[in-house]
Amino acid sequence: MEKGLDLDAPHSMGTTIIGVTYDGGVVLGADSRTSTGAYVANRASDKITQLTDNVYLCRSGSAADSQIVSDYVRYFLHQHTIQLGQPATVKVAANLVRLLSYNNKNMLQTGLIVGGWDKYDGGKIYGVPLGGTILEQPFAIGGSGSSYLYGFFDQAWREGMTKEQAEDLVVKAVSLAIARDGASGGVVRTVTINSDGVTRNFYSGNELPRWHEELEPQYSLLNIWGAAASPEPMSM
Amino acid sequence: MSKATFDVPPKGGFSFDLCKRNDMLIKKGVQPPSFRKTGTTIVGLVFQDGVILGADTRATEGPIVCDKNCEKIHYMAPNIYCCGAGTAADTESVTDMISSQLKLHRYHTGRESRVVTALTLLKSHLFSYQGYVQAALVLGGVDVTGPHLHTIYPHGSTDTLPFATMGSGSLAAMSVFESKYREGLTREEGIDMVSEAICSGIFNDLGSGSNVDICVITKGNVEYLRNHKLPNPRTYISAKGYSFPKPIEVLLTKVTPLREKVEIIEKGDAMEE
Repeated sequence: MEKGLDLDAPHSMGTTIIGVTYDGGVVLGADSRTSTGAYVANRASDKITQLTDNVYLCRSGSAADSQIVSDYVRYFLHQHTIQLGQPATVKVAANLVRLLSYNNKNMLQTGLIVGGWDKYDGGKIYGVPLGGTILEQPFAIGGSGSSYLYGFFDQAWREGMTKEQAEDLVVKAVSLAIARDGASGGVVRTVTINSDGVTRNFYSGNELPRWHEELEPQYSLLNIWGAAASPEPMSM
Repeated sequence: MSKATFDVPPKGGFSFDLCKRNDMLIKKGVQPPSFRKTGTTIVGLVFQDGVILGADTRATEGPIVCDKNCEKIHYMAPNIYCCGAGTAADTESVTDMISSQLKLHRYHTGRESRVVTALTLLKSHLFSYQGYVQAALVLGGVDVTGPHLHTIYPHGSTDTLPFATMGSGSLAAMSVFESKYREGLTREEGIDMVSEAICSGIFNDLGSGSNVDICVITKGNVEYLRNHKLPNPRTYISAKGYSFPKPIEVLLTKVTPLREKVEIIEKGDAMEE
């Protein structure tokens, strides 16, 4: 059952997820592909889920596991916010994610990136990879597509970027990963969090930057054939 | 960083040791008993004023069709229905259990059930069984917050979509939705598209077949269209039936009344007082 459409395979997110800090906040980004084996089960999924008003979470790995973890953390943070009488910090949220990931490491196959803004620490990104460790990072990348991005981020990430620069970087990075990673695809979703609040953005597949050897987006393959000089499609 | 592969004693939850043993036995060549599975096409879509669910009606046991007209659209609540694919017993029992929980919840709260409530109950049940309860579901309904359509996978992950397909015929059905679906379909357009998607599963997928069931859920109203389409009617060698030379006559009627005869034989000593 290596090749082909294994529809019994667990529902998983071969993913590209990114979190980047900038001057005053954070930008989270993700592709939108969810697959079972080689079948794309959802081409427009939302892998950036809300935990609280000011904290979001990027999910990768098993869809079921990451949803359960995020559901629990959302529930705990809701209680915490009520007891505290003020919004939870990003650090508390990330620590809860870590606690669940670490305590159940044998049961879970999920890597997560927590990002958000709070009045104490400003914009913060925490990576919680497979084993359940916690890493405070200026930027974090995750999912199968991240292997294509380490070098790119080493080169392109700079301290003190503006909001626009950070969001451009995230969209560029996700589109690069989509171009090279078969398990990532669809659209790019971003979430920008700063002291002013949260902005969600959507970049559809046909308006993403194109990379090496990529063709212009077409509504139909017939358009390419029609544009060619030959009237015979098969002689192309 | 290396992946941790050692085992720690479980802190709680179910034990799946026997599942691992069964996998090992299958690998060594033991034939497991086959379950009744619904090699299935199930679909759902959101239209103008609600949700439409659809399903084929074939149930299989290995290569054999064991039910040619089964029901795969299950009742969850008066305003929520759920299509099931996978092991028939699992889809049936999981929907029954959750629908009973929903009814108790309604008695407790005195309010209409919400689709997210059903979704959360289903996903937490399936997650706790780690994919061994083989139920792949398409959940649809209309509640106080509007129409909702979700897909639920056996491992407990969920998606929220404007149109969804599941089961072995999901690819055939999805190709219909991907080429024709748009926002704001009317009731008739929706029913036609759902039955076209199910038909493409029936004709192009070996695991699916027979008839089309449809369920239209709108605000305050449900229409369960059982056998909405019959694309595979049974055919007979002689369409007109058979005629016999003379009608069958009753030659003799004799009624023999039977009387019960009970004989009591007293033997041995009478019981002491």
